[in-house]
Amino acid sequence: MKTIKLLSALGLMLIFMAFSSQPANNGYKVGDIATDFSLENIDGKMVSLSDYKDAKGFIVIFTCNTCPYAVAYEDRIVELDKKYAEKGYPVIAIMPNDTDVQPGDSLEAMRARAKAKGFTFPYVIDKGQKIYPQYGATKTPHVYLLQKTTKGNEVKYIGAIDNNYKDAKAVTERYVENAVDALLNNESIKVTETRAIGCTIKVKS
Amino acid sequence: MKRILVVLLLVCVSCKDTSGSKNTEAQEMQVPELHLQELQVVDYDGLEPYLNQDDNTLHVVNFWATWCAPCVKELPYFEALASSYDNIEVLLVSLDFPNKYETKLIPFIEKYELKSKVIALDDTDQNRWIPAINESWSGAIPATLIYKGQKRKFYERSFTQNELKTEIEQFLN
Repeated sequence: MKTIKLLSALGLMLIFMAFSSQPANNGYKVGDIATDFSLENIDGKMVSLSDYKDAKGFIVIFTCNTCPYAVAYEDRIVELDKKYAEKGYPVIAIMPNDTDVQPGDSLEAMRARAKAKGFTFPYVIDKGQKIYPQYGATKTPHVYLLQKTTKGNEVKYIGAIDNNYKDAKAVTERYVENAVDALLNNESIKVTETRAIGCTIKVKS
Repeated sequence: MKRILVVLLLVCVSCKDTSGSKNTEAQEMQVPELHLQELQVVDYDGLEPYLNQDDNTLHVVNFWATWCAPCVKELPYFEALASSYDNIEVLLVSLDFPNKYETKLIPFIEKYELKSKVIALDDTDQNRWIPAINESWSGAIPATLIYKGQKRKFYERSFTQNELKTEIEQFLN
């Protein structure tokens, strides 16, 4: 009987911890090795980081159709891929929302959006929502810059794309570009973490 | 402090036209009372004093936007606080895009007849003010700051009405 009480107390504690923990404190920090994944792309094929034999790393971006911030960055995400895919750092866009909660982010809608905006990169869905929590993504858009190392894909930068969501022309700090450029030039990245407002990743309540 | 006054003047439609040709459009229109809506827009330096008021009041600062569904869902819980507790002040900080103030934010405030004070935060240097508001905040909204004097707590999450009540009562006891 005592054991049952103890166990249920432990269980309750675990549940409490799970709900009270700050999402920002979980997930990857700069320097961690990021997990690979196998996620369905809008063309129906599965995409993994390991598919990219020649890549030097990846610009992994958690993004979606429905968040105004993510939408504001769509063109800039396309530009990032155009600029850096050929240099070895392709964009991999992951849509992390639950599509029952956010039907506007269904695979069908993702396909339509990617076509309309001319996405040049995979736009995969985190079906089952197993990947974004491991990364520690909390919102869209949320960037994780990875560099291929002998240990695996090392996280080099986490945060925003740049410092002006409103106006691409008014940007003064291109965080992601600066970070990728530093990696390409074997220099250290000056700003490895930034914050920006974004839309919460949608989960079933 | 950057301060923009957004003035919405709804001009009354004059209905003196008694001629035979009836303007059905004008008839169907609800004639609104002439009123003036003032929206306070601030950058972080303008917002900061609201986050550090050392008085005997419990301050609840909710960061939201009209496009943020979970924010809109919990808004009534914040709205209800003022009538449930004494000495409480609710501030709704809108993160709507400035080009949506007139088309989305102000109509929203009017439609839902928000009683709490609404301030729009327009400051692109998010990497400065997000950690300044709370070191642990990744930037997702809804997010809420509750403080009274020196005691403060920050929540990067949404609330049910009961959850919010529980948090508020922690500060009152």
